[in-house]
Amino acid sequence: MSEFTSESSAPSEFTSESSAPSGPTQPTQPNRLPTGGRIDRSVTLRATVDGVELTGHPGDTVASALIANGRLQVAPSIYRRRPRGILAAGVEEPNALIQLSGGRPGDSAEPMLPATAVELFDGLSAGTLSGVGRLDPGPDEALHDKKFVHTDVLVIGAGPAGLAAALAASAGGARVLLADEQPELGGQLLTDIDTDTDPALTDWVATAAAELAARPEVRVLRRTTAFSFSDNYVLLAERRTDHLGAAAPSGVSRQRLWHVRAKRVVLAAGAHERPMVFADNDRPGIMLAGAVRTYLNRYAVLPGHRAVLLTTNDSAYAAALDLRAAGAEVPALVDTRPSPPADLVEKARAAGIEVIPGALVTGTEGVERITAVRLESVQGDKGRRLDCDLLAVSGGWNPVVHLFSQARGTLAWDDQRAAFVPAGEVAGLRVAGAANGTADLPGCLAEGANAGLEAAADSGYPGALPTLPTVPARRTTPDRPVWVVPGPAGEPGEWRDHFVDLQRDATVADVRRATGAGMRSVEHVKRYTTIGTGQDQGRTSGVLANGVIAAALGLASPGELGTTTFRAPYTPVSFALMAGRNRGQLHDPVRTTAVHSWHVAAGAEFENVGQWKRPWFYPRDGEDQHAAVLRECRAARTGVGMMDATTLGKIDVVGRDAGEFLNRIYTNAFAKLKVGSARYGLMCKADGMVFDDGVTIRLADDHYYLTTTTGNAAAVLDWLEEWSQTEWPELDVTFTSVTEQWVTIAVVGPLSRSVVAAVAPELDCSAEQFPFMTVRDAALSCADSTGGIPARIARVSFSGELAYEINVASWHGLATWEAVFAAGQPHGITPYGTETMHVLRAEKGFPIVGQDTDGTVTPEDLGMSWIVSTRKDFVGRRSLGRPDTARTDRKHLVGLLPVDPGTLLPEGVQLVAEGVPITPEVGPVPMLGHVTSSYHSAALERTFALALIKNGRHRIGETVLAPLGDRTIAATVTEPVFYDREGARRDG
Amino acid sequence: MLLISCPWCGPREETEFHYGGQAHVAYPANPLELDDATWAEYLFVRDNTKGPYAERWVHSAGCRRWFNVVRDTVTSEILAVYRAGEQRPVTA
Repeated sequence: MSEFTSESSAPSEFTSESSAPSGPTQPTQPNRLPTGGRIDRSVTLRATVDGVELTGHPGDTVASALIANGRLQVAPSIYRRRPRGILAAGVEEPNALIQLSGGRPGDSAEPMLPATAVELFDGLSAGTLSGVGRLDPGPDEALHDKKFVHTDVLVIGAGPAGLAAALAASAGGARVLLADEQPELGGQLLTDIDTDTDPALTDWVATAAAELAARPEVRVLRRTTAFSFSDNYVLLAERRTDHLGAAAPSGVSRQRLWHVRAKRVVLAAGAHERPMVFADNDRPGIMLAGAVRTYLNRYAVLPGHRAVLLTTNDSAYAAALDLRAAGAEVPALVDTRPSPPADLVEKARAAGIEVIPGALVTGTEGVERITAVRLESVQGDKGRRLDCDLLAVSGGWNPVVHLFSQARGTLAWDDQRAAFVPAGEVAGLRVAGAANGTADLPGCLAEGANAGLEAAADSGYPGALPTLPTVPARRTTPDRPVWVVPGPAGEPGEWRDHFVDLQRDATVADVRRATGAGMRSVEHVKRYTTIGTGQDQGRTSGVLANGVIAAALGLASPGELGTTTFRAPYTPVSFALMAGRNRGQLHDPVRTTAVHSWHVAAGAEFENVGQWKRPWFYPRDGEDQHAAVLRECRAARTGVGMMDATTLGKIDVVGRDAGEFLNRIYTNAFAKLKVGSARYGLMCKADGMVFDDGVTIRLADDHYYLTTTTGNAAAVLDWLEEWSQTEWPELDVTFTSVTEQWVTIAVVGPLSRSVVAAVAPELDCSAEQFPFMTVRDAALSCADSTGGIPARIARVSFSGELAYEINVASWHGLATWEAVFAAGQPHGITPYGTETMHVLRAEKGFPIVGQDTDGTVTPEDLGMSWIVSTRKDFVGRRSLGRPDTARTDRKHLVGLLPVDPGTLLPEGVQLVAEGVPITPEVGPVPMLGHVTSSYHSAALERTFALALIKNGRHRIGETVLAPLGDRTIAATVTEPVFYDREGARRDG
Repeated sequence: MLLISCPWCGPREETEFHYGGQAHVAYPANPLELDDATWAEYLFVRDNTKGPYAERWVHSAGCRRWFNVVRDTVTSEILAVYRAGEQRPVTA
């Protein structure tokens, strides 16, 4: 590190070459080639990177524009702060990451984008990153959307294999979707195309694109990345307007997420080149040879003027020739193979390039840019030095097998290609071209066409082999990978400048430390060294790491280690795209009752209960929550209150065997419940734990009306269906959710009878004629535009007070609520919300399932054995007799009264016994249980709580402590019923 | 994502369904007559098969019907779909 810092302060030897901006207003592009490339020189785009203005043309990426403007260096590396430069020309780039400012006002900045994959647009502003981006804290106003499509054949990748596949598959009418991450079709052909020598290829791409566009069942998605694959369900991220900057039209989504269900998939995703591991292999100016070709041929920029090439395979020879053709000096091509193919050697030598076979680059020189390489060869070169400003490296090619592997396809190591290639079969998926390990162009074309043909046939359509360009076949010579080029000195464990993963700054020394610690699996080494965990997910480093580990362990081949697991997404996908339009108001469906508008107008504060918006409390002028809730509680206990109870789950249970069914589900009996009567019921899961509770009314012999807790309505319906369908199909019973169909208004308090009598004048509301737990049909005196309002009124109480629940059809809900409110005016009727409801029920010791229970609580734990029948079986009964559930010292629901009546116990706090040392540093502090509900009570004029406490019912009168860190609250254990223990108030 | 053929509605995406665990584990006829170990077996113990596995699914966002699926737990390939109450079909 220190050695390096001193180095980097030295003056750069390349300042003259890299000082791009020559004028204040119009930066020149010193490294732009005068002709060629797939850029539009007639249009000049301006952009700013790291505060420096640069220009480029449509067709450029940020990386190619940087190179055109004479800049190859990007931000220093993440930990070592070593100078780094652009390495690649695609999504595999590990170094050139940028933070891209939003293209339009309101668009968020995007961190960690590879400059090599971001198209240049006018006004673009970005900064290069040292491996760490910053999330834009501002909201992103850009639109993202989703689309769900079915297709016969999905072709991923529009290079030679993908284009051939799409043409073949779509010839007979099959629906074909072709997706490619690039703005232009052609894939590797965009790099290979050399317009001077082989116009046939360019023409073929253009013809293929036109042909596909003309076929009505074909859809071509450009700038679209397939990033997730399972069971032929593929997710595509389409970048629709990212490349337009401020010119992006409004109303068009920035990106679109495609959910594609395809009968058949052809994966033609190509291959990524990998670098090599040698001393100081990370200097700016060291690039992948294929990337050099892409910059030359596709973007018409010259990344260096004096280039040395280093290769393990045939592909770099084309790069050498292209560099010469573009006017660069190419002093040498270093080939690891002792006998490179003669035809390639001959061509290179004819271009004036020295081919050095059986040779390696052992080190590099330079500070902010490479200035020289040192060589060693079998012919005796040792320490030979060659000046250069570019080292183009090809360490071999990795087929892009990510999606194949996500689909659980197995990979095998191919020694000839020195790569992992698809081996096993994946149903419905074919891999073609370079992704399949096929190196030569004719092979890729033929493989693609055949795959397309088969995919069409498998999905029920004829295909046809397309016309393919004639490309002379050439036998590829096997690679000779060299996984670690020995350093000039020291042991591998000391090679700290032999970089394996550039993005994570991980070196051979790091890998050796992992293997030295005994690790043998690539998964372990990955986690220990962080190799492959960067934004690039090890695209250029993964197989290198295998090679280095294999060398360290003395294995014959890196293939013996297998790969780490490939997981979605293939390239990073923004959360904004995942969310699409499901944000803000549309994040989750919002359910409101028919009375909602009244609550809003009354100034209620709302609480989310599941998806429901429920009034929480109704503050009056200047009241805080505490004051409002005390006032509402007082009204319900001393006068009359009203509450919107519509959100309770409501299920119609209908059928000859409805009673028998409920008998088997509830802990208590329902079959003999009288028509017109109501009963509270408790249901358990098969393990005997309380699952839900609620009041059920019998409306007819074969018709029950069951209510559930608000948050559990859907789960209870599912539960009933499950038992009915899977265990007791012989019972005649059906279930219908009617939660939305009824509005339920609770009228609560000693004065509630007068209010109900006023709205239902024909109903005898006396305790004798309308007793507790019965139900009456009644016509209400109020009416709305639909006429009179029939109601079903039940005498049930969740507060212990005299109370009625008025049920009306939802469309009468608001009118009925208003009528009750008006009728209650003489008594000062007080609307109250969920908080008051909770206080009132807790004062009575009524538990709320899900708040006072958590799936580990039996009816007995709640002190509710009285509701558990011993005369019938029900779901869960047998479990109540299991040794653990039958224990008498389980956690019980009990009451707590804080010793200081003004102190409120926070809900959820843990409780310990008195005298227990609270010294977690010494050892675990034994917990007795926790507080489940805690409130201020107007009726008790003090605080109180409910708690689940071990052996709680046998601790009544004891003191427990709630240690809160800065203070400790003492409370007395009590019975869980605090108010009206004898139940005198329910009849008013 | 699995494509599951509901026997009532046809092929639908996995997200429309809920999983219901092993199929053909009947609720015992007389639970109260079972000893603790046998009841615990029913309550807690399920097969952990590598390969074809009969399991229950419910088409919760569709017809709300429970049905059975034989799925290979290694490949997630669905080998058979049949209605509740039907015998497990023979699969390869």
